[in-house]
Amino acid sequence: MRVIFASIRRILAVWAKEIIQMRRDRLTFGMMFGIPIIQLVLFGFAINSDPKNLPTAIQVEEQTPFVRSIISGLENSGYYHIVKQTSDPRESQHLLASGEVAFVVSIPAGFSERLIRGERPQILIEADASDPAAASNAIGRAKAIVASSLRYDFTGSLAQLRPTPDPYDLVVHAVYNPEGITHYNIVPGLLGVILTMTLVMITSIAMTREAERGTIENLLAMPALPFEVMIGKITPYVMVGAVQTTVVLIVAKVLFDVPFVGSFGLLAFGIGVFMVANLALGFTFSTIAKSQMQAMQLTFFFFLPSILLSGFMFPFRGMPDWAQNIGNVLPLTHFLRVVRGVMLKGAELQDIKAPIIAMAVFAVVASLVAMLRYRRTLD
Amino acid sequence: METKLAIDVRGLVKRFGDKVAVNGVDIQMPYGQVWGFLGPNGSGKTTTIRMICGLLKTSEGEGTCLGYDIAKDSRKIKIRTGYMTQKFSFWGDLTIRENLEFVARLYQIPSMKQKVDETLENLGLADRQHQVADALSGGWKQRLALAAVTMHKPELLLLDEPTAGVDPQARRDFWDEIHRLSMDGMTVLVSTHYMDEAERCDRIAYLANGEMVTKGTVANIIDRSGLVTYTAQGDAVRALAERIKQKPGVEHVAYFGSALHISGVNRELLEHSLKDFKSESVVWEEVKPSLEDAFIALMKDSGKDTRRHQ
Repeated sequence: MRVIFASIRRILAVWAKEIIQMRRDRLTFGMMFGIPIIQLVLFGFAINSDPKNLPTAIQVEEQTPFVRSIISGLENSGYYHIVKQTSDPRESQHLLASGEVAFVVSIPAGFSERLIRGERPQILIEADASDPAAASNAIGRAKAIVASSLRYDFTGSLAQLRPTPDPYDLVVHAVYNPEGITHYNIVPGLLGVILTMTLVMITSIAMTREAERGTIENLLAMPALPFEVMIGKITPYVMVGAVQTTVVLIVAKVLFDVPFVGSFGLLAFGIGVFMVANLALGFTFSTIAKSQMQAMQLTFFFFLPSILLSGFMFPFRGMPDWAQNIGNVLPLTHFLRVVRGVMLKGAELQDIKAPIIAMAVFAVVASLVAMLRYRRTLD
Repeated sequence: METKLAIDVRGLVKRFGDKVAVNGVDIQMPYGQVWGFLGPNGSGKTTTIRMICGLLKTSEGEGTCLGYDIAKDSRKIKIRTGYMTQKFSFWGDLTIRENLEFVARLYQIPSMKQKVDETLENLGLADRQHQVADALSGGWKQRLALAAVTMHKPELLLLDEPTAGVDPQARRDFWDEIHRLSMDGMTVLVSTHYMDEAERCDRIAYLANGEMVTKGTVANIIDRSGLVTYTAQGDAVRALAERIKQKPGVEHVAYFGSALHISGVNRELLEHSLKDFKSESVVWEEVKPSLEDAFIALMKDSGKDTRRHQ
């Protein structure tokens, strides 16, 4: 009992020292709270996976009511923003190549006449598909847009040109985010990204800073055990993480109106496990790196795959199996399932048991490595 | 009857890669003494001290410190030892008081607040206790460090060049403090480059190239050097120095104030060589060699700084 009490006192000693140092390091302190807000506002508003108003050039060789209907139909869909009308094919090719427009819609001469005769004339949409994600939604909707924009022109004697309805009725129900609002997905994800970045980075410089300033010699000469130093150094940053989480959740509600349908307690539990996993990893980094610079490099080495392979940026299921396997090692991958599950889908504990266990395993392994690698001597 | 030893290590070896930093050092240091640890830069003083207090693993050799095995019981040794590092290694972004409180908490010093107040009072830093440690001058930093590492009343004090870069008055104060601590019963091992400090120690151990070259009292070491030393005094000595150096039997020539010390181990050869320089303007006199003469001779025999810098 006395041993445990003594141990707690030493942990508190390290903890108090870290808090003071953290408070006094103004830049880092500012970063801890400035970064989440800036990232959230910037990325929350900026990232859109359903881009609209894409610049479009129209190359028409005749002006008829049909053509005008098609053009206004494209414009009204919100996806196509017509910036240029031309009849010169060379100019339209140039516009596409230079990136001034994302689409060129060509309607050849005689289109309307052949349409009336039922000859199924062609409309050509050339898309700049060098960025597939940017063009795909607009392309996918093109067929429906054109069909519906001509609907009111096919009256009277032209009624037989109307497309026949499908023999079945396909119902698609987009649950959890019916309007497909990107920041419902991005903002909870950003919580994970922000926590990963700040927590891994700050703890990774925790020990290397002692080594660089020479204070490690003093710390090692005093009777604190490795786990006491580790817990004492990590806990202040758990508090930082808690404050960051609060900031993000408030901004998510107030600024982005992201729904929160699940249990807050469950989310808090998931965030807790996730933070410990990241802090333990950061501490491991700081036992490997020789300088703060190296610690930063290690952090970024970990941070990039976390963003790219976790499903934050790109759809997780779109990746090949091997990449999904890498992604499954990263705590952020599992955290995204937890945070999106709880906030958007109202997931219960049994729905998100697997990702929480995965994060816990990561935290335990990282802590063990950190303890094994912690230097008790100056060797 | 065997005296109880505070430090009892044999055959300490430390290798960093293929470089041998300490090569078979033995130390048998009784409780209650003050020992001076001397030797040129890179001779292995710091490495030896670090091995004794468990900050470095030994490559070879074994021993005890305060009765505890240096390989196995380093935590017990740490609790009973105060180690002051060569470079100031307290936290510069913490205040003086916060540094002391941190140390007091880690060592679980009872009635911590009172002890810290007392220490600040003794240091004369009570009115500056809320300044960050980085704001202190070199001399004050050393005094703070000494106060911090002695707060838990260690049995053994290891000081690694505590007075490097400190002004003479501060050095004197520092040594008065060391003697006070010794009177309180602390055993002190202190490494230094200063001869006047070495002369204040009960015993001296001289290290060069990672090996213990000599140890003993000041008088011992001077006797054992077997040196014969002459002083030359007068206006013309400056001109003589270079010429005397070339002569057989002259081991080294050094200035002490305005006088020239000429030393050698072979009396006959030395006196023969000096005969040529006897003139009216220079006063020759045989003197007892000083500790510094003995050390200059030792350093010449063994050891430049062969340390590899990282």
